[in-house]
Amino acid sequence: MSRTLRVLPFLLVSVACGGCDGSSGAGRDIIQNKGSDTLVFVALSWAERYGEINPSVAVAVSGGGSGTGISALVNGTADIANSSRKMRNREIEGAQSRGIEPIEYVVGFDALAVFLHPDNPIEALSITQLAEIYAEGGSHETWSQLGVSVPGCSSDEIVRVSRQNNSGTYAYFQDAVLGQADYKLGSLHMNGSSEVVDLVANTPCAIGYSGLAYATEEVEMPCISTDGGDCVSPSVESAIDGRYPIARPLFMYTAGEPTGMIKEYMDWILGEAGQCILVDKGFAPAGSVSCA
Amino acid sequence: MLTERVQLSTSIDLDHRGRDWYTDKAVTFLVFVGGISAIVLIIGIFVFITKEGLGFIAGSLDVREFFGSLAWRPTSPTKPTYGILGLIAGTASVTGLAMVVSVPFSLGAAIFIGEFATGRLRETLKVLVELLAAIPSVVWGFIGLSLLNPLIIDIFDVPVGLGVLNSGIILGLMAAPIMTTIAEDALKAVPDTYREAAEAMGATKWQVIFRVVLPAGRNGLVAAVLLGVGRGFGETMAVLMATGNSIKIPTSPFDSVTALTATIAAELGDAPVGSDHYRALFTLGILLFVVTFIINLTADLVVRRAGRK
Repeated sequence: MSRTLRVLPFLLVSVACGGCDGSSGAGRDIIQNKGSDTLVFVALSWAERYGEINPSVAVAVSGGGSGTGISALVNGTADIANSSRKMRNREIEGAQSRGIEPIEYVVGFDALAVFLHPDNPIEALSITQLAEIYAEGGSHETWSQLGVSVPGCSSDEIVRVSRQNNSGTYAYFQDAVLGQADYKLGSLHMNGSSEVVDLVANTPCAIGYSGLAYATEEVEMPCISTDGGDCVSPSVESAIDGRYPIARPLFMYTAGEPTGMIKEYMDWILGEAGQCILVDKGFAPAGSVSCA
Repeated sequence: MLTERVQLSTSIDLDHRGRDWYTDKAVTFLVFVGGISAIVLIIGIFVFITKEGLGFIAGSLDVREFFGSLAWRPTSPTKPTYGILGLIAGTASVTGLAMVVSVPFSLGAAIFIGEFATGRLRETLKVLVELLAAIPSVVWGFIGLSLLNPLIIDIFDVPVGLGVLNSGIILGLMAAPIMTTIAEDALKAVPDTYREAAEAMGATKWQVIFRVVLPAGRNGLVAAVLLGVGRGFGETMAVLMATGNSIKIPTSPFDSVTALTATIAAELGDAPVGSDHYRALFTLGILLFVVTFIINLTADLVVRRAGRK
């Protein structure tokens, strides 16, 4: 529920000392890390583990969305921005006009899974079918148009579950699946990935999408195919080897070439220790790593 | 102590500015600041939201699209559009249904508390109604999401239980306590001589209430309903959780909709500061502010007219 409170995105965690700021107080340096809700749980785990390894540095993590993190980086209130989408040209220009050159890191990949109610008999969907369901002007409005009848869904209507329009997940799905076309109006906009999964799990008529890391056993995930291609199920493996068609890179941005503790933290995240934490949370690593 | 001070003040020069004089001035000043703070704040808030929203109104606003189009697509990569017809329809339908739910409830409760209940029962009921008003809106939203949602799906066999019906019931229950309290005050303001005169002429209890008390307290009751409307119109959290957040003109009570307030709450956090999207949300804020202001002002004027009679 707290994720709905996105107007107050203060999820300050892992700062052991209560009121100390900067290098004063108990002698811990603080890195401010802010942004994407998709990445927030990984970022929290990173911060927690890094605090154990390197007790002199505390990483303060907060969510709020990719856009929030990027504007915080530009405004100087965050040292590292997390983003589930690439920075837009406008945002880069805005940063440069303030003398900040954002440096981009790809820290991992996220397979975007499509969710269906377990009673839904569909096992495979193509990108074209998804676009017909979600995009403005698309023809699919009922499950029978897809050739199935869904038990428990007497109205036959496809209930489209989507994210709120400023989410990085929403933007990526629009790019990769709808080909930049607008969404149909009348989709249900949820304020978080877990809300999408919850709603689909309780609604036989529903279809939804979100990061694979948020999938639970209460939803079904069909395999996804491009036109003429094989149908690939979403998994960490299929996202790593590039077979899964809708896997997106996850980014972190620093203001300028990082130095000192921020550089050390970024190196650690991109190293084996950091990448294995990412894999553990259900994402695919940026490079090949072997984790226990 | 007291006699000592009295003696002191009589013994000294009346013109002398002692501690009491300064205390008096300081307290007067503090009370003055407190008194005008409401005015200062309301002007400040209005200036703030107008400053942010006017840039959009003057620059990119297309009035016909704004009020006439369903397409609220502020983040579209190809062509952002800012149509708020769906948001207005959502807010209006939810508030409308909330009034259908809460007016009978709260008027009934006010009549019972004001005219029938006596002694202990009356006091207990009043306290309980006020307690109901103190339930945080996020708790109401939670009730809508996890209690009403499955209930509506089960009873009516609809795909999704989040929508006009769900949030209308929730908002109705939220507005009812305030409306009950104000309506009861309005009934209490009707002089007992009216009731006694009616009873003396042989009217029954119901006749007294329907023919004498309710017409006499009419203005206060209208004000109660208007304040309830204002409450429903401005409510955000419960609406965000119970409407389903879907841009649509509802054709049935089970349709999912979205509201002006919920749109601001869901999108402002991520809208880049200064962008058209950000300013458009502030324009929604101006609209909300103006409408609630008009509703509350009307309610206030109605009450004043009642008071003058």
